[in-house]
Amino acid sequence: MAEIKLPENKLNQLKEICKSFDNKAGELINVLHKAQELFGYLPAEVQEVVAAELNTPVAHVFGVVSFYSFFTMTPRGRFPISICLGTACYVRGAEKVSDEFKRLLNLKLGETSADGKFSLTGLRCVGACGLAPVVLVGAKVYGRIAPENVKDIIKEYEEL
Amino acid sequence: MEQIKVTIDKKTLEVPKGTTILAAAKTIGIDIPTLCYFSLGDMKIENKPGGCRICVVEVEGRRNLAPACATECTPNMMVKTNSMRVLNARRTVLELILSDHPFDCLICAKSGNCELQDMAHRFGVREIPYHGEQSKYRVDTSPSIIRDVDKCIMCRRCEMMCNTVQTVGTLSAINRGFEAVVATAFEMNLEKSSCTYCGQCVAVCPTGALTEVDHTRQVISALADPKKTVIVQTAPAVRAALGEEFGLEAGSLVTGKMVAALRELGFDYIFDTDFAADLTIMEEGTELLSRLNKHLAGDKEVKLPILTSCCPAWVNFFEHNFPELKDIPSTARSPQQMFGAIAKTFYAEKLGISRENMVVVSIMPCLAKKYECQRDEFKTDGNPDVDFAISTRELANFIKQANIDFNALPDEDFDNPLGVSSGAAVIFGTTGGVIEAAVRTAYEIQTGKSLEKVDFDELRGMEGIREATIDVDGFPMRIGIAHGLGNARKLLEDVRDGKSQFHAIEIMACPGGCIGGGGQPLHHGDSSILMARQKAIYCEDAGKTIRKSHENPYIKELYEKFLGKPMSEKAHHLLHTHYFDKRTKITIE
Repeated sequence: MAEIKLPENKLNQLKEICKSFDNKAGELINVLHKAQELFGYLPAEVQEVVAAELNTPVAHVFGVVSFYSFFTMTPRGRFPISICLGTACYVRGAEKVSDEFKRLLNLKLGETSADGKFSLTGLRCVGACGLAPVVLVGAKVYGRIAPENVKDIIKEYEEL
Repeated sequence: MEQIKVTIDKKTLEVPKGTTILAAAKTIGIDIPTLCYFSLGDMKIENKPGGCRICVVEVEGRRNLAPACATECTPNMMVKTNSMRVLNARRTVLELILSDHPFDCLICAKSGNCELQDMAHRFGVREIPYHGEQSKYRVDTSPSIIRDVDKCIMCRRCEMMCNTVQTVGTLSAINRGFEAVVATAFEMNLEKSSCTYCGQCVAVCPTGALTEVDHTRQVISALADPKKTVIVQTAPAVRAALGEEFGLEAGSLVTGKMVAALRELGFDYIFDTDFAADLTIMEEGTELLSRLNKHLAGDKEVKLPILTSCCPAWVNFFEHNFPELKDIPSTARSPQQMFGAIAKTFYAEKLGISRENMVVVSIMPCLAKKYECQRDEFKTDGNPDVDFAISTRELANFIKQANIDFNALPDEDFDNPLGVSSGAAVIFGTTGGVIEAAVRTAYEIQTGKSLEKVDFDELRGMEGIREATIDVDGFPMRIGIAHGLGNARKLLEDVRDGKSQFHAIEIMACPGGCIGGGGQPLHHGDSSILMARQKAIYCEDAGKTIRKSHENPYIKELYEKFLGKPMSEKAHHLLHTHYFDKRTKITIE
């Protein structure tokens, strides 16, 4: 028998989220969205609770979480860095920008630094193709980034 | 129903509105190839994700090709199923599927019975023009089922069976694009998941991605060991399906040939799980009457309805999904386990051998039985009551390996005493059978009268959920029957919510019951095969001299000489069990 543990206040908040969507399995994506806002990521425990509350198989919940790149099962850093790898950004050199982030932070896409400060993800088109290539740190948008700018962006946050 | 006119390959026909191109073509003998599409029409089971695109056809006036399985006919539709454009597209699709499939057909468990292999053969594919990255995923081995998803073609049949039909919810497609696989939650091994081992995913998998764990070699080793006495028991549903593996028509009863083959293979004693099924009825029937009579005497605490407990996948299902109801099912062990317990005590004593020197092999239509016989509560000092459970398919392969001309074998009889059984026992193999067998015995014990008619037609059939009221000398006994775990779930929810009106419920995990088990010869979506097997089971019952479990003379003798009476302390120890709460617990830190 598997056993999972969550802090009580968070567990109750998570159940409230499910309840706010009438515990409908059809609202799974919305529930996961809110749950990720609450926890910062979607660990297995959270998915188990969501599955139980929405009365849907946990395999299905995991199927959805693993399908959408927005959902993550690893905790994100305090400063989550997202590099747009959509078509427009890509053709304007997003891969080189991405490589520079990977090199300087010594992280792969999808990973979080050991001190929990930075996490690195790729995403598909933020709808700011005019600014390609685009990088997001949290909600802050950096446009027309070249590999040589990467060092400065990281520096901005290193002291914080 | 509104009829519409369509033309397929220059043949014009009328079909009811809503008919797919695939179904319409089939009525005029045009066999459009399919891979992901799957249907057991009579059981209302269908999978048509339209994903593999093997069944594409050309529809006049439509720009792209249409998947025949998922496209409905429209009035005056003109369809071509074999134009050059269609054939080229189909071949390309097939070549692309094959380009990401391992080329180990020679040693694949599905070789010779694989729908993808058949397709490659049908299209005469001789080379794969596409070379690229191939999927690599770990092989997941559980006590019953092996998942090798590198061989998966993402047809989603297993997912449909696991989620829609069985409502078990273990398998789901995860990730996306090239990374996509069918897996369990968090990619845990099946053994850690909520899998019931019903094996319905294996029963519908078109390739070698889902197969059973093969125990044939262990059985061969036991047979070769002179120190071991090897005893075999055969489940009722096996005799109604084994012949299919040897080219016999579905529904051919091969009881006698099966016994002869087992003797030829070198088993020391050929016994019958049916004997233990009679024993199950004695225990379960007594338990049913005991609970019922307490209820009639006004006992408010007594748990009703009683649920049958013969099916190991069903037991796994309620342990995972309804643990709060775990004191509702009968505590009677399944016939397989009752047989093992009696063989390794009563019969081992009789032979004067230790249980360690006895090997009990069971031939089962089922994959969950492999798991069941490994459960700790069915072991004594680590030695299991049943050592190995092999499927109908594994037995067929074993017979072929041993150069036995199955169809030429004479009919032989089971050995005494554990090979003698009643007609009530053989119908355990089909949905409705266990409860009918129980009713035959419970009625006569309760009323002290002899049944005028042994057949209870009201309990028979293939509807997923059935109910009937049996008049037990003025007492209306209400009976529910469900096969397929999704149907079982509906009845269970009623029991949980206190809405169930039944006194007894029979549940079998597989559609059709054991005749449709995950270890049976593959039906490839032909539900008429299941119907034929069911008919064969009732035919075997009708032909038996003894039709009721309590009239089996060797059962009577077993109680007189060994067990005492049903539900006695000894019977409780050997023939009953208890259940566990396997639901994932969510606790607060």
